[in-house]
Amino acid sequence: VMALSRADVEKVSLLARLQLGPAELDRLTGELGRIVGFVEQLNELDTRGVDPLAHALDVANVFGDDIVRPSLPRDEALANAPKRDDECYRVPAVLGE
Amino acid sequence: MNDPARDHSAEPAGEAPYELVIGLEVHVQLATQSKLFCRCSTRFGAEPNTQTCPVCIGLPGALPVMNRQAYQLALRAALALHCEIPLFTKWDRKNYYYPDLPKGYQISQFDLPMSRQGWLEIRDPKGEFAPKRVRITRAHLEEDAGKSMHDEVAGRADSRIDLNRAGTPLLEIVSEPDLRSPREAKAYLTELRLLLVYLGVSDCNMQEGSLRVDANVNLHIATPEGPVATPIVEVKNVNSFRAVERALAYEADRQFEAWRETGQRKGDVPKQTRGWDDQRQITYGQRHKEESSDYRYFPDPDLAPVTVTAEQVERIRSGLGELPAATRVRLETDYQLPAYDADVIVNQESAFVAYYLAVADGCGDGKQAANWLTQEVLRLMNERNWTIDRFPVPASGLVELLAAVKAGKAPATRAKELFGAMVDNALTLEAAMERLGIAAVSAGEIETLCRQLLADNPRIVADVKAGKSQAAASLIGQAKKRNPNVNPNDVRATCLKLIEQM
Amino acid sequence: MGSLPSSATRLRDDLVAGRITSVEATRACLDRIERVDARVKAFLRVDAEGALEAAAAIDRRRSSGQSVGLLAGVPIALKDILCTRGQPTTCGSKMLERFVPPYDATVVRKLHEADAVILGKVNLDEFAMGGSTENSAFFPTRNPWDLERVPGGSSGGSAACVAADMAPWSIGTDTGGSIRQPAAWCGITGLKPTYGRVSRYGLVAFASSLDQAGPMAHSAEDTALLLEAIAGHDPLDATSADVPAPRYSAELDKPLEGLRLGLVRDHYGAGLSSEVEAAVREAVRIYESLGARTVELSLPHSKYGIATYYVIAPCEASSNLARYDGVHYGYRTDEKAMLGELEAERRAALASGAGNAARGEAAAAAVDSPLVRLYRRSRAEGFGPEVKRRVMLGTYALSAGYYDAYYLKALQVRRLIRNDYDAAFQQVDLIIGPTTPAAAYRLGEKAHDPLAMYLEDLYTVTANLAGIPGISIPCGTTAAGLPIGLQLQAPAFQEGLLLRAAHRFQRVTDWHLRRPDLS
Ligand SMILES: [Mg+2]
Ligand SMILES: [Zn+2]
Repeated sequence: VMALSRADVEKVSLLARLQLGPAELDRLTGELGRIVGFVEQLNELDTRGVDPLAHALDVANVFGDDIVRPSLPRDEALANAPKRDDECYRVPAVLGE
Repeated sequence: MNDPARDHSAEPAGEAPYELVIGLEVHVQLATQSKLFCRCSTRFGAEPNTQTCPVCIGLPGALPVMNRQAYQLALRAALALHCEIPLFTKWDRKNYYYPDLPKGYQISQFDLPMSRQGWLEIRDPKGEFAPKRVRITRAHLEEDAGKSMHDEVAGRADSRIDLNRAGTPLLEIVSEPDLRSPREAKAYLTELRLLLVYLGVSDCNMQEGSLRVDANVNLHIATPEGPVATPIVEVKNVNSFRAVERALAYEADRQFEAWRETGQRKGDVPKQTRGWDDQRQITYGQRHKEESSDYRYFPDPDLAPVTVTAEQVERIRSGLGELPAATRVRLETDYQLPAYDADVIVNQESAFVAYYLAVADGCGDGKQAANWLTQEVLRLMNERNWTIDRFPVPASGLVELLAAVKAGKAPATRAKELFGAMVDNALTLEAAMERLGIAAVSAGEIETLCRQLLADNPRIVADVKAGKSQAAASLIGQAKKRNPNVNPNDVRATCLKLIEQM
Repeated sequence: MGSLPSSATRLRDDLVAGRITSVEATRACLDRIERVDARVKAFLRVDAEGALEAAAAIDRRRSSGQSVGLLAGVPIALKDILCTRGQPTTCGSKMLERFVPPYDATVVRKLHEADAVILGKVNLDEFAMGGSTENSAFFPTRNPWDLERVPGGSSGGSAACVAADMAPWSIGTDTGGSIRQPAAWCGITGLKPTYGRVSRYGLVAFASSLDQAGPMAHSAEDTALLLEAIAGHDPLDATSADVPAPRYSAELDKPLEGLRLGLVRDHYGAGLSSEVEAAVREAVRIYESLGARTVELSLPHSKYGIATYYVIAPCEASSNLARYDGVHYGYRTDEKAMLGELEAERRAALASGAGNAARGEAAAAAVDSPLVRLYRRSRAEGFGPEVKRRVMLGTYALSAGYYDAYYLKALQVRRLIRNDYDAAFQQVDLIIGPTTPAAAYRLGEKAHDPLAMYLEDLYTVTANLAGIPGISIPCGTTAAGLPIGLQLQAPAFQEGLLLRAAHRFQRVTDWHLRRPDLS
């Protein structure tokens, strides 16, 4: 894997929806580069054929029954919204996104 | 290529200097009571944000638990689409930011979907395209997003977010690019909808967003240097099957023009997304940031994988019942129906087929039953906006009517009138006959009537004896005036017989 | 203003026997908080009124002969990452400073059902990311044994409030060591349960496949009782284990014959402080004197634990924290300022074309839309540096082209780490070793070197990766008087064995009875 460039970090900051200033981008380019370099020690290991372990608990087929339960009252659902009206959450126009 | 797009959809494929290549992605809402990962109601039309909870708002700490019924419905659909069912499937997160997606990711299935590699056969009863099996790439489960509402006129004003729909279970069904014309695309959608409604998997109501279509479309153009593929365009969220047909026809023309102008081929530009403007009947380019397609899929650590056994799959497969395609074949072979009639009957809901079968089996004449259903019953249903469940005359009532006609107990000429009376007033056959004053006329009554007629019309008797047997026709009119229930053929035959004896 | 019994179990016994009321016990805790928390700074929010009300209600029920719950009347503090209905739940973040959940976490519901008295919410590293509690957006918590040192983290508030006797016990959470490491550094007992043993519903996720809530208390006896109250299957958490939770507190004195302890060779390498090593070796000797057999063994992949963890945890975190976008709840940037900033950028972009209109337009088109900028500013202003670092790291590792190299690879190594444990537990009942390489460091000492801080988790992360339980118990102090922790690890769902072994140790040692001097 290639070394992490400042342009990579800038691209990732858009993917992660973080607004980073020039100084922060510089600092993170260095820090992330060192962490990624450290993590690359995993490549010492030959993991061909090793089954990835995504869940520590070995269970399958956990289902709930299709029975409607009460929802939150609307005011409670909207109570934490930074911007809202009586019915909905409000955000800057999503047109053209 | 100056034809208006709307005429193009009627053109059989193959006449254009290119081949149109279409693949469809269909999202259908599964017919569950509650959402895919929480137990909020999925009922349509509720007040905004009244059907949400910590899970579907994506509040910190809330966790998803999968709806068993959603998986069962998805399995039924996948099996009916002849898909392979892998014995292991899992959940993945598709990460992207949008205000109607409160968690910042959609729970979906990425590399190990719950089904893959199936097919759906489409046929055109009018023979406008050859029957074909459209391959299904995969069908997978995922949750729906909420709804963003914006007033375009207001420009800079806020968008409003309603999360009632967030978390509703969807089955995404992806076809291979096997469709070659707008008509084939429409046939595929019609057949898919029919199948899913038959199975009870979805109501497929497009107005309520229970069925949504995205189309991937491009052209394969024959050139002297060999075939050329144009860039693939995805047409999003087309809101009716008719609109799908039109949008595809429009795209065919537009892409051909664009190719002639720019010469751009597949791979020259990134995949473009276009919307369909139903008012203007055109597709239009949508802004699309390059990074937004980096969804960073990874297995959802909050959800356990799902496993099935081959036996469980077989049990569900054998419980599917007869599917529309098989019913069509049965109607054609066992009931001797023409393909067209079989198609009309099967394309109704499954209760209509059951009604047909009851009538056909009851009267012993499949074609006669089909005529009654495709003409009278369907006409009345359409006129009055009824479903077959709400049709006032049960199959047994129609069977009784047909039997009475056959036995001569009810006049064939007035059978439709009788049926109309039964339908309008929800009457039994007996009551309808009584109301219309229809009584079966016995052979003796007819003979008596005919003797009177002949006595009253000596000139006609003379004419007939002189060889002008058509003169007897005017007797029929008089007979009907004296007794409207008589069968004209019976009157004619009886009169001729009596004259001969005179 | 009477002082409390030395353990939660004893307090519970006194409450049952009527030697003390819950209101008295609660008041004693509130007084202690009043006296020492200005220096320790463990609490983010003390709900004195609610706690006293609940205590009074439980006293009334008890005195009128009604049945009361397992923990009736005993006060407790909660790490502020567990959702509490109607009470702010901040996760130590500016992002959720004003967030009030409309629901209780299952752990909180179980504590209510057990009639525990909730004193308030305690400090943590923001979203549980960190090992010092210095990453709290509000203030750092101090180590009660030395106020110039960190209490550890991320459950630093939970550890410090128990160590300083402001609460007899608390709930922490552990993703890579966040219960065990602060327990070690504050001289208390802390248990990370088997993954799935305690419901995660309402525990605000950091890394979902690693997070577990668990008890923090002075003794193994207290820890057992608290675990008993919060463990069990939860239908609201699909990763919760459908395995019955035993009555841990009733089984503590079951004999421990022929206990086989695994001594991990790989633990004793560079980086382990000699004082910690000496204390751990002494603890091993004590176990041997109690009849345990020790077996040296190797966990060959454990040295890859940190690298594995620092791929998996940030990847999951980058997705788990995507929901904090300023739309449905949480911090939102000032919209007017945001729009002004965009307008200025757009004008600057257009001007940058320098006469070339098309170039200017192109530059302007690259400027974020208002919605994207709303997200980016809200998140940049709402999250602290460590959270941003991990979100960036995880986003990068999952992004196109890197999934196989980082995430998939890490999941494969995670399997190898678990296989090591499976093999080890064929030979031994428990694994014994240090909780941390060294004792608590000074505030600010590691703030500039994230990688160095990550390495502190060396001995703890592997239990999270394998999903097995681990406990840290006090086993000594450094020359400077700082507590040292001994870690025991067990096979999945063997918390009972872990607690019995810890309890046996505490019957012959008094490290868990010692208290910092805060007079
Ligand atoms: Mg989809
Ligand atoms: Zn919900």
